[in-house]
Amino acid sequence: MSNLEVVYDDVALVLRGISLGVAPGQIVALLGANGAGKTTLLRAITGLLDVHDGEITKGAVALDGAVISGRSPAALVRLGIGQVMEGRRIFAELTVEENLRLGGHTNRRKISEGLARTFDLFPVLAQRRKGTAGYLSGGEQQMLAMGRALMSAPRYLLLDEPSLGLAPKLVEQIRDLIVRINESGTAVLLVEQNATMALSIASHGYVMETGKIVLDKPSAELLADEDIREFYLGSHTTSFREVKHYQRRKRWLS
Amino acid sequence: MVELLEALARGLGRGSIYALLALGFVIIFKATRVVSFAQPAFMLAGTVMVTYFIGTLGFWGALVAATALTALLALGVERAAVRPMVGKPPFVVAIITLGVDVAVRVVVNGYIGNDVRPMHDPWGLKAFDIGGITVQQRHVVIFVTAAIIVAALFAFFRYSRMGLAMRAASYDQEAALAQGVSVGAVFAVSWAMAGGLAAVAGTFAAAGESVDHLMWLTALVALPVIILGGLDSLAGAVVGGLIVGIVFEVTALYQKDMPWLGGNVSVISPYVVMLLVLLVRPYGLFGTREVERV
Ligand SMILES: Nc1ncnc2c1ncn2[C@@H]1O[C@H](COP(=O)(O)OP(=O)(O)OP(=O)(O)O)[C@@H](O)[C@H]1O
Ligand SMILES: [Mg+2]
Repeated sequence: MSNLEVVYDDVALVLRGISLGVAPGQIVALLGANGAGKTTLLRAITGLLDVHDGEITKGAVALDGAVISGRSPAALVRLGIGQVMEGRRIFAELTVEENLRLGGHTNRRKISEGLARTFDLFPVLAQRRKGTAGYLSGGEQQMLAMGRALMSAPRYLLLDEPSLGLAPKLVEQIRDLIVRINESGTAVLLVEQNATMALSIASHGYVMETGKIVLDKPSAELLADEDIREFYLGSHTTSFREVKHYQRRKRWLS
Repeated sequence: MVELLEALARGLGRGSIYALLALGFVIIFKATRVVSFAQPAFMLAGTVMVTYFIGTLGFWGALVAATALTALLALGVERAAVRPMVGKPPFVVAIITLGVDVAVRVVVNGYIGNDVRPMHDPWGLKAFDIGGITVQQRHVVIFVTAAIIVAALFAFFRYSRMGLAMRAASYDQEAALAQGVSVGAVFAVSWAMAGGLAAVAGTFAAAGESVDHLMWLTALVALPVIILGGLDSLAGAVVGGLIVGIVFEVTALYQKDMPWLGGNVSVISPYVVMLLVLLVRPYGLFGTREVERV
């Protein structure tokens, strides 16, 4: 994406001139404090800004050289962009299998193939196949969300804070799963607050601050950077409460 | 006893009609979080179509054709009048559907004319005699038809790709979008289904009788039904519809023994049942807690 600007409710400028790239097969980490605009950036890629009354006012998102901003979320899934949304957003009332089938909504001919691949990657989901998704543990729910996203056989997978709320052991497990997914050829854009985890597997990292990319370096360099450590211990999270209080007006359709 | 059993049979017939109507409201509500007040107009439109088609197509042919056309009409209305309002508060959208209802009924009334339109269905008021109990044929037919439709609907929501997508969208619209579900298609399908259901319900409500301008009032009984069943519950619509139908007929049977209640208690009985249920279960028999907006 190049020089992207995003505005919510016609007024709040949340992304200001963001340029970011993910090469095929790469893992890229996107770091930043609460409210930096990471989720907004993902929404700009996946076509979900509309739901939040947001709009790209400048710049564009491109895939394989073609501009894709403005496409519907369904079209973007078909183009090979899968995502795990912030907070996992599994369908708690549905069964594990139904959740996965929904992930394959755009890929209906390959549902059984996708299920087999997912169950291979996440054996625990196979055991709980007919169980209600809402009863899964946090870690299992994260796996379900990832498995669901993989059902569309994406070439690019966007993950929004997959480690959120998970115990260190589980974070490690999720990290290893991300590596395995990547090894099978899927590029990953990993949004994280857990910088150490993200940078340990990413080849490149970006750091965002109030809607701008402030650092753009290979992970190894970022890991060594003193500023990064300070950034994550610093006081950049002051407005967290306000952040979460925006009004969610609904506008789903283009 | 015989009288009571006969009232129960009538109640199941009447209740099947309410159940189909209520299902339409619930399906739209689940998809859009709006109670659509356009349902009475679709009911009237579908029924009037049947009265025009029945001569050439026969009852079932006319019913299928009218159901399909009413579904199409609902689809068009959704696209033209409702879709552009998405994102507006549910109350505003509900008022829009009310406007749609009035507009459609004005047009349909033109086709009814000043008189009533007779239905000429195959059953009229003919009845079976089952062990001394008289059961009207039309009530049996509507009950069986409704049972088949309900089974088909449940199978659709449980097993089909679109049905699953509709359920998912009703739980979390954004997450459904993120899976590639087209929420526009979900809206369209739910309106079309509700339109078709209203056409079937109206046709059977008029079976053995005729269609007039006031027939749409029947559709309003679906409102206490969905509130008592739970706004977002398909099972609630079915069970609520049957309960209200039975209570209606049983009240009608016994009100003559209680003249001090007046002659029309059966008409208000759906609302009384609704109130009683709400006192015990504020979200209806099967409703989920969160649902309270209209
Ligand atoms: N729907 C919305 N309407 C208005 N403003 C919004 C909306 N969504 C997000 N914002 C604002 O955009 C900014 C960036 O939010 P965003 O959710 O993208 O941050 P984030 O980096 O993902 O934060 P977190 O780490 O808390 O998830 C915040 O200031 C927030 O208040
Ligand atoms: Mg976020």
